[in-house]
Amino acid sequence: MQNTTKKYSKTKMAVAAAAVIALGLSATAATSATAATASCVVTTGKTIKVGFLNSLSGTMAISEKTVQDAQNLAVKEINKAGGVNGKQITVVQEDGASDPATFAQKAQKLIQQDCVAAVFGGWTSSSRKAMLPVFESNNSLLFYPVQYEGLEASKNIYYTGATTNQQIIPALDYLKTKKIKKIFLVGSDYVFPRTANKEIKAYAAANGMTVVGEEYAPLGSTDFTTIANKLKSAGAEAILNTINGDSNVAFFKQYGSLGLNAKNCPVISFSIGEEEVKGVGLQYLKGQYTAWDYYQTVKSAANKKFVAAFKKEFGAARKTSDPMEASYVAVHLWALMATKAKSFATDAINKVANGTKFVAPEGTVVVNGTNHHITKTPLIGIVNAAGLIDTVWKSPKPVTPDPFLTGYAWAKDLK
Amino acid sequence: MDVIIGQIFAGLSVGSVLLLAALGLALTFGQMGIINMAHGEFLMIGAYTVFVIQMVIPDAGIALAVAIPASFLVAGTFGLLLEELLLRRLYVRPLDTLLVTFGVSLILQQLARDIFGAPAVEVRAPDWLLGSIDFFGTTFPMSRLFIIGVSLSVVALLSAVLAFTPLGRRIRAVVLNRDLAEVSGISSRSVDRLTFFIGSGVAGIAGVALTLIGSTGPTLGNSYIVDAFLIVVAGGVGKIAGSVIAAFTLGILQATVEYQTSPSIGKIVVFVVIIVFLQIRPQGIFSFKTRSLA
Repeated sequence: MQNTTKKYSKTKMAVAAAAVIALGLSATAATSATAATASCVVTTGKTIKVGFLNSLSGTMAISEKTVQDAQNLAVKEINKAGGVNGKQITVVQEDGASDPATFAQKAQKLIQQDCVAAVFGGWTSSSRKAMLPVFESNNSLLFYPVQYEGLEASKNIYYTGATTNQQIIPALDYLKTKKIKKIFLVGSDYVFPRTANKEIKAYAAANGMTVVGEEYAPLGSTDFTTIANKLKSAGAEAILNTINGDSNVAFFKQYGSLGLNAKNCPVISFSIGEEEVKGVGLQYLKGQYTAWDYYQTVKSAANKKFVAAFKKEFGAARKTSDPMEASYVAVHLWALMATKAKSFATDAINKVANGTKFVAPEGTVVVNGTNHHITKTPLIGIVNAAGLIDTVWKSPKPVTPDPFLTGYAWAKDLK
Repeated sequence: MDVIIGQIFAGLSVGSVLLLAALGLALTFGQMGIINMAHGEFLMIGAYTVFVIQMVIPDAGIALAVAIPASFLVAGTFGLLLEELLLRRLYVRPLDTLLVTFGVSLILQQLARDIFGAPAVEVRAPDWLLGSIDFFGTTFPMSRLFIIGVSLSVVALLSAVLAFTPLGRRIRAVVLNRDLAEVSGISSRSVDRLTFFIGSGVAGIAGVALTLIGSTGPTLGNSYIVDAFLIVVAGGVGKIAGSVIAAFTLGILQATVEYQTSPSIGKIVVFVVIIVFLQIRPQGIFSFKTRSLA
């Protein structure tokens, strides 16, 4: 077939090939799990180790890289102020690779091999659900910084992002005041959008709204032709968007190309923050709605300091978003709780968690010791011409977390 | 009625995207028999080329016009380097090629991540591509029409090159019988090099078109590589016409099933259909006696 290869030594080629493969595979190298033992966290030295577990590759990297930056900023601030319990924080970073199984595996590695005191990270609910048993069986701590679908509370997880009654329900309340009756649900095909939409449908049924369509695309999908066609013919007045990651780009491009826009069929997104606006494209997103509990434009002294510090660290062009702020808050809350407990042990931290307060960029947040969520103030925003998000509606007061929606009559059949 | 037209059009546009992603592969895999797992990254390189050009030329329309030839050259050059540095040493070991090119694809992704950052970058579309035209009560997005146009033009050009130019004749000769071609005075090395250059370059052009519908990020190629191989295999290795038919058939099938059910089910049905089809007809739609995969 070919004769050119003959002049090259076979071994040389094999070595070269092996090197290339090894390079490629090292990123996903597996670490086998050893049996769970008592915590191996070293608390005698001058430093304390924590783990960062974010997707630095794959479809979620667009979002999770920014979270990691915010976590690094918080660690730097805490170390500068003297550390936690007199110890400087050192960070072990791992890549979750946008894959739930990898998240579980790396969490195991961080806890058992690196012996970290706490882990910060995770984005998709699938990654959190995959990590949950790892943290429970090792009795270790995870700080999860992203809004999610609720209906969960673990003594080994602190949820610093919004649960549904701090994001989705206020957004629905907002649509209701705008007299929107027909809504269309579109999301990525995994835990968060499906559960969130179950809640949205229950809300709609109880509040005189009609769900005229419900569509899911595989995570990472770039083909929204059919969904957009259905959307167009469904006659929706608003779209509730729970698509995650860079699929949003394809969705908005397709949506825009059919002549839909913020005026005739607005989209309210639950996973698009300031950092994603640039990637999706401002020309598609301007004027669209988002629901979060923090925007870069929030006016508070703590936020002014946070934004300035972040830009100084990572460049003036960078933006801050809700999950970034929530992850920054997570690291600070952990430090405060460990200080309060004078310990890094999970049980000691859980004991003192309730009522821990932090003056966060979004406003003062308080940890709920029962469900491990925090109080937050829901905000509805509109993407402006600069790619930032302006608040158009703000909850009159901070909302206490209610992950199981016990305070809502229409939600009693959800689980 | 407008729904049916809309869905047929949706199928055609899905098909044209699949086709664009697969066309370069139809040359490098179909004609040369190289399993190039880094083909998706050539799409990504094409897409980032548009991004870089837009930084130099702010006008999105002119940038797009410049980007098409430029991305062909840039992706083609990467392809040439890959062929020259690695692949030509592995022509007798197709399975090793698979692993090596997989490694190369990871390296290229990381390279993009290091240069442009992990988040997707914004590639603007010219205004005239943002709109849509209404016809028979159905909306036809300009961007989709443009992509169909680009993919058909590339098919036409490639077919013309293969059918009518001396280079095309040499490529076909080498594919049919490498030894005989060499005996007849054709340098199979330079034909290999050129074929791989063109195949990779076409992937670059596809990358430009993909910026109009999806995000431009380091992992752009991942979304298309499996589909691209499926199209080439289902179409029949070695025949571009087969890829064209396979792409549009699968596009319309996927759009139809998706409309009735959901995108996830649509994807599954397409896979099942391909598996069943290849059981019945392992050589694909068109068979073509080649020595390349013998």
